[in-house]
Amino acid sequence: MTTAEVGRARLRKEDAHLITGRSRYTDNITLPGMLHLAMVRSPFAHAKITSVDVAAAKSSPGVVAVLTGADVAAEQGSLPNAWPITPDQKAPAHPAIAVDEVAFAGEVVACIIARSAAAARDAVELVDVDYEGLPVVLDLEEAAKDQVLAHPGLGTNKSATWVFDSGEAGTGKPIREALDGAEVLIERTFYQQRLIPSFMEPRSTVVDPTGEQITVWSATQIPHILRLMLALTLAIPESKVRVIAPDVGGGFGGKLQVTPEEAITVLAARHTGKPCKYTETRSESLMAAHHGRAQVQRLKLSATKEGIVTGLDVSLLADMGAYLGLVTSGIPILGAFMYNSIYKFPAYRFECTNLFTNKAWTDAYRGAGRPEATFAIERMMDELAAELGLDPLQVRERNWIKHEEFPFTTVAGLEYDSGNYEAATAKALELFGYDALRAEQSRRRETKDPVQLGIGISTFTEMCGLAPSRVLGALNYGAGGWEHAQVRVLPTGNIEVVTGSSSHGQGHETAWSQLVADKLGVPFENVEVLHGDTQISQRGLDTYGSRSLTVGGMAVLAAADKVIEKAKVVAAHLMEASEDDIEFADGRFSVKGTDQSTALGEIALATFSAHNLPDGFEPNLDSDATFDPQNFSFPHGTHLAAIEVDTETGRVSIRKYVCVDDVGVVVNPLIVEGQVHGGLAQGIAQALYEEAVYDDAGTLVTGSFVDYLVPGAPDLPHYTTARTETPSTTNQLGAKGVGEAGTIASTPAIVNGVLDAVRHLGVKDIRMPCSPSRVWAALEEAKMTGGVR
Amino acid sequence: MIPSAFDYAAPNTVAEALSLLALAGDSGKLLAGGQSLIPVMKLRLADPQMVIDLGRVEGLAGVREDGDALLIGAMTPHHQVATDPLVAAYVPLLAKAAATVADPQVRHRGTFGGALVHADPAGDLPAPVLAAEATFILAGPGGERRVAAADFFQGYFTTAIAEDEILTHVRVPKYTGWGAHYEKFTRVAQQWSIVAVAAMVRVEGGTIAEARIGLTNMASTPVRATAVEQALAGAPLTRDAIAAASSHAAEGTDPASDLNGDAAYRRHLAEVLTRRAVVTAAGL
Ligand SMILES: Cc1cc2nc3c(=O)[nH]c(=O)nc-3n(C[C@H](O)[C@H](O)[C@H](O)COP(=O)(O)OP(=O)(O)OC[C@H]3O[C@@H](n4cnc5c(N)ncnc54)[C@H](O)[C@@H]3O)c2cc1C
Repeated sequence: MTTAEVGRARLRKEDAHLITGRSRYTDNITLPGMLHLAMVRSPFAHAKITSVDVAAAKSSPGVVAVLTGADVAAEQGSLPNAWPITPDQKAPAHPAIAVDEVAFAGEVVACIIARSAAAARDAVELVDVDYEGLPVVLDLEEAAKDQVLAHPGLGTNKSATWVFDSGEAGTGKPIREALDGAEVLIERTFYQQRLIPSFMEPRSTVVDPTGEQITVWSATQIPHILRLMLALTLAIPESKVRVIAPDVGGGFGGKLQVTPEEAITVLAARHTGKPCKYTETRSESLMAAHHGRAQVQRLKLSATKEGIVTGLDVSLLADMGAYLGLVTSGIPILGAFMYNSIYKFPAYRFECTNLFTNKAWTDAYRGAGRPEATFAIERMMDELAAELGLDPLQVRERNWIKHEEFPFTTVAGLEYDSGNYEAATAKALELFGYDALRAEQSRRRETKDPVQLGIGISTFTEMCGLAPSRVLGALNYGAGGWEHAQVRVLPTGNIEVVTGSSSHGQGHETAWSQLVADKLGVPFENVEVLHGDTQISQRGLDTYGSRSLTVGGMAVLAAADKVIEKAKVVAAHLMEASEDDIEFADGRFSVKGTDQSTALGEIALATFSAHNLPDGFEPNLDSDATFDPQNFSFPHGTHLAAIEVDTETGRVSIRKYVCVDDVGVVVNPLIVEGQVHGGLAQGIAQALYEEAVYDDAGTLVTGSFVDYLVPGAPDLPHYTTARTETPSTTNQLGAKGVGEAGTIASTPAIVNGVLDAVRHLGVKDIRMPCSPSRVWAALEEAKMTGGVR
Repeated sequence: MIPSAFDYAAPNTVAEALSLLALAGDSGKLLAGGQSLIPVMKLRLADPQMVIDLGRVEGLAGVREDGDALLIGAMTPHHQVATDPLVAAYVPLLAKAAATVADPQVRHRGTFGGALVHADPAGDLPAPVLAAEATFILAGPGGERRVAAADFFQGYFTTAIAEDEILTHVRVPKYTGWGAHYEKFTRVAQQWSIVAVAAMVRVEGGTIAEARIGLTNMASTPVRATAVEQALAGAPLTRDAIAAASSHAAEGTDPASDLNGDAAYRRHLAEVLTRRAVVTAAGL
């Protein structure tokens, strides 16, 4: 394969239509006779529904129908959870429209169907719901006590407890030995605050029930999974459902869901026989689309006096919110394999208890389990360094897997195929100016400068490319992790690539075109990428978990390989040579040792006309491939942050941010850069800005972007980004995945930096987000307790 | 995000606007830049039956001199206040404060008068207007009346303006020989003030002759930090003297507690920010 395209920083071909307003988002779709939906949502976090009076709403001008939970109880089924992590996992039924109880504020209790969006909205106020309040449980540690139940019918708030023990699994020693024999034992509790994915395009669904098929357009990351799940949930033959994800404006895991609103829009279309549209408001999105993170992490780390880690014991409480979504229960488990990160300690235990609360449901959010794990271990490495008075980098070096030790089987049982932590770190240090910043830090400490400097380090790895189907099977996940692609050669030699992994902002159309252009030796412009419609792309498992390139991209390459094999047969036939003598390079098939050659396009035309094909050869070059990865891929990197803390106000500013990421072979550096920048922004947002806050009654206080602080460009620093390139050995390209790296790595880098700036003043920890008021309060508390060391 | 249905009128004169307002009674609402009113209507926290748009009313936008004062029209957009040469010359405090409001879009739509009548305790214009000892000119059915800034802001989102009145202009005395600064503290760039301090200082030789300090978001209305002003008057122009005076900044305030910080934090911020604002205003 030539590499004129792979590695080239091409501008994205999809951008022209996206940035000139020629996009087609779901809400842009208007069908003849289309009706509009508005949802009536519970203002209470936990209540019995004693009656729903829709009479006034029904007679409001423009209203066609009103659906209540009772109206659709028999047909709405229960929204799916595809990941029962234990055989005894408990979960409440999850009706799209609540029938007799609501378990979080924002849950749908009725749906207005009207001739205009305004008429639907007007009637929302006219629905009279009687609620009988029930006690609410909001705090995770309270929920664990089972005194107040989020779902009284379940008898407990505990959904499931999942354990990994390296002693039992045979991947390491028992944790007890490590903890008992510890020369140094660090115990900490960290709080992963609740976050809201905050995708730019709110969720929207249009359903057209006319004809034989139900066509569903939805702002979703997962058209294929949605099709299957809607069919199963609403008892519609799968073959009658077509799902289209048109332009989708971001997801970050937030659109990796089968939502009540999608199911309700199908039900509404079914009831009225008319096309129906639902588009949520931003307020609804913040309150009712699934949230992320929300864990309490209790950690014990044992080490020698030299800073060699001997064991890690992790005990988690994970907030499911009120219901289990598609993969809610598995999110903490995705982190279970990552707490050991790049380090090679011998003993590890992980235990997670999934708990229900009366808050919005949680599920995947960029990084899904891995940011939590990385945060915990990277914070603990800094705590260990502080305890021993060592440089935090030194402690990491003493524990990490050396580049000559790969492939390396970790204490969590994964096989890391490749990596070079030394190289990435060396490069980062050079770009950062580590020693000069450390010198400045001491100066500022000595002069008691009101602005203190801290250096935050995060040497991370993550598992990408979800996922080997067998591994998912072993974890009891409901589906596989393969991806499908088709490469079609048109008579003109133009190429159509059909991918099951559909883009919602990532740039697949560009990257896949680059891959195929090199593979088949055709111009980039001649490749068209088709995706996001289950009628065009019949098979697929969609986009999440940094899987697109390492799984979907490999399926594309495998399908293109098959095209070459097929074309070779025709080439040999046409040039009257043996297949073994045919060589393919730069889009041409040639006969070894001769100057005879023919282009792929010519073979495509010859195949199409079919006048002269080998006996039994089907007249097309089109090929399908399904790729199931044999292993995950393991991007890694070293992130360094220089953090200034204004001790007078508590304000944190990021003075410098350097990241060196190793994502393996890069197809398009511009796209990689974009993913890194966006990822960093979201990770920094968790460290400093964002938190979903509820009041004591269970009402979301951060119900708009006035209070839920998503940072904008002015709030974020200039990033110095660089890469090392250690190819993955588990796929033909050597790629690893980059969609979540920045988010995973940056949060601990920032928080470690904040603490490094103020630790000498006696501050031991600050809960995220490290807002000015929290940092100031921590400084005040340290002053009061005379914590200055 | 769809408001309730409403009627809309776009009068050309203050008199027309006043009679429309009288007709609508308490179901009428004046629309200036819409940057506060439209969001609350879309969230259905307000549902006026009649929206009276002041956008076409003549003579309400712009800045002009009026003897020893400037007359700033209620419909002058924030952007214009921030960049107007007369404001820069005579009350730079207002220009500096207006420049911190939101983003360029909001500053081009949102108006000086709208922000003052809206009287958000976290809004950035009330405290500077209070510190500058401006006068509000109100048109009503019975003619014009004038209200001093100190009497205008009455409580949380509440002012001295009556339901049948329109704010037409704000009269701000000219300040010559004063330094000014608006020190705004937020968590993200585009945010209402957590706390902000509006400071004007007149320096004579090596001493501070006079100071006017207004505090944003330290109570349900903007407040004057009179104890700081008194301590500064006649104080030497040194950082220590300013710091000592600023330690009185929270006296007499009653800040709220919210997600951005509790009352104790706000009191502390008021002191730090007052010191910084005065230091900058005094050109130290
Ligand atoms: C995203 C965003 C961010 C913002 N950030 C900030 C910020 O950082 N700092 C800040 O100070 N403000 C901020 N604002 C508010 C902004 O300053 C508004 O422009 C201002 O609060 C209202 O001005 P307006 O002209 O838009 O008034 P409108 O919204 O049109 O009206 C506001 C109220 O005043 C009344 N009113 C308006 N004009 C008159 C008049 N002449 N006479 C009598 N009554 C009148 C209206 O009836 C209404 O009740 C922000 C707004 C937005 C949308």
